[in-house]
Amino acid sequence: MRNTFIIAKKESKAYFSSPMAYVIGAVFLALTGYMFVSSVSNPFPEATIRGWVVTSTFIFVLWSPVLTMRLLAEEQKLGTLELLMTSPVKDYEVVIGKYLATLLILIGTLFPTIWYVILLYWFGNPDLWPLLTSYLGLILFGGATLAIGLLASSLTSNQVLAAVMSFGLLLLLTLTNKAALVTVGLSATILEEISLTAHFDDFARGIVDIGNVTYYLSVIGIFVFSAIRSLESRRWR
Amino acid sequence: MSNESQTMIEVEGLTKLYGDFIAVTNLNFSVKRGEIVGLLGPNGSGKTTTMRILTGYMPPSEGIVKIAGYDVLSHSLSARAKIGYLPETVPLYQDMEVEEYLSFMGAMRGMNNNKIKNRIDEVVDQVSIGHYLDTHIGKLSKGYKQRVGLAQAILHEPDVLILDEPTIGIDPIQVVETRQLIKEIGKDHTLLLSTHILPEVSALCERVLIIHEGNLVAEDTPENLGEKLRGSEKVQVDIDGPIADVTSFLRSLDGITGVRQTEMGEFVRYVIDARSGTSLLESLASMILQQGWKLLGLSSVSMSLEEIFLQLTSSDFEEERE
Ligand SMILES: Nc1ncnc2c1ncn2[C@@H]1O[C@H](COP(=O)(O)OP(=O)(O)O)[C@@H](O)[C@H]1O
Ligand SMILES: [Mg+2]
Repeated sequence: MRNTFIIAKKESKAYFSSPMAYVIGAVFLALTGYMFVSSVSNPFPEATIRGWVVTSTFIFVLWSPVLTMRLLAEEQKLGTLELLMTSPVKDYEVVIGKYLATLLILIGTLFPTIWYVILLYWFGNPDLWPLLTSYLGLILFGGATLAIGLLASSLTSNQVLAAVMSFGLLLLLTLTNKAALVTVGLSATILEEISLTAHFDDFARGIVDIGNVTYYLSVIGIFVFSAIRSLESRRWR
Repeated sequence: MSNESQTMIEVEGLTKLYGDFIAVTNLNFSVKRGEIVGLLGPNGSGKTTTMRILTGYMPPSEGIVKIAGYDVLSHSLSARAKIGYLPETVPLYQDMEVEEYLSFMGAMRGMNNNKIKNRIDEVVDQVSIGHYLDTHIGKLSKGYKQRVGLAQAILHEPDVLILDEPTIGIDPIQVVETRQLIKEIGKDHTLLLSTHILPEVSALCERVLIIHEGNLVAEDTPENLGEKLRGSEKVQVDIDGPIADVTSFLRSLDGITGVRQTEMGEFVRYVIDARSGTSLLESLASMILQQGWKLLGLSSVSMSLEEIFLQLTSSDFEEERE
């Protein structure tokens, strides 16, 4: 456990001490801010954050591959992975530490959006529950995209390749939703079930469906576990 | 078991295959506490492979490896905790500061914050990087990066230090300094270092393991190895005569194991490898004159360390051993 935190700390510190963190944070705020303002400045504004929250999921699909691409790929490239893997540290501690760091970065980047919530309370009378579930949904959705990126990064020492792989998979998992609309029967159900986006909408509406929560936790579990196995398998090559 | 004679590295029947390719074959050796041992071999001979197995980076295909008594397979974490390791490509995070990097590596080795602080002070002195603690690693010269790599390896006061080609790729002046540094470090460590440079083992090691194509071909002190190798000599003759005839004549002589010729214009220079004790030098001149060729020069050439090494790992030498 201690080792996991040491790695998470190192990783998140590296991120927040680079100027890139603030550029990305600013872009994220600008995009969500724009969506927020346009969603509340129509003739019948609702006091919700749904306007920017759904947009954020698309931002995550673009951002997570970039955020995760270096996690393990760079360690392989620099040779530092050899040092980590010969330190008295378990492979899963390394992987989970890295994953926690990205989750922390995601939450840190979401944090300034609290400002929109404050504005809502200032000018209106929003329901608290949908706000909370929206944030829960964002963290689960983001967490799933990060886990997918983590696996991609464990498979190669080429960061760009890692980003392309995870972006491709994420795009696929968001588009199955749309594909489900043009199909019928069992295949439509399956496409809908595996879609990352289909499981999100309820959260933005204030509904915490246990099936949706299970879906995201399963995606996170499966991909983080695969990343651990992928790292372990490096030893046998 | 007394402390001095404790075996810190124990390798038995170590074999490693990459797919079908055999990188290392049935290695057997051990290193006692306090020893400085060199693993010497040309590129691709299996040094890195061996070290990666010792450090627990990859498992052996066959055989047993123990570090300070811990099996690297069944007690991997305990074995790894005993080791300080500098891989061949110095593993550094380019955008970290030196101190930050050392703290991180210390924490990864289970050291507490106080201990890390104290040890950083000490090792930074030892490898003379005190002025660069706040410098980004990416900005350091190769030699200084190597020092940071060494600092990382000794930070947690490991029982066993494993250095893979620690002077490769740095400039000659820094090579000398780095060797000096390793010599200092070796005074209070059990040290296994690999290299493909013979003078490096002569300068640093008490014992040499010579590895070639994945096999241990010799094991001795640097001095003794030198002695053994003096079993051959080299003679240089300049002759004015038909090249093909001269070459085949020289090759036909008893005790000669190799002939190389270079055309020098007026004459041809032949460099002859011969077994020692054949007193070739005395008889060669008259034999050449008897053939009616002009003899323009004859001298004995002493072998450089590199040549000795080449010969040690050449197939001739293996045949002799068998
Ligand atoms: N990961 C690998 N996969 C396949 N072959 C490898 C791998 N690593 C090394 N080899 C091969 O094994 C042999 C020994 O390599 P290595 O241990 O790196 O030698 P050295 O360190 O002495 O130069 C070489 O022929 C090398 O090409
Ligand atoms: Mg090597």
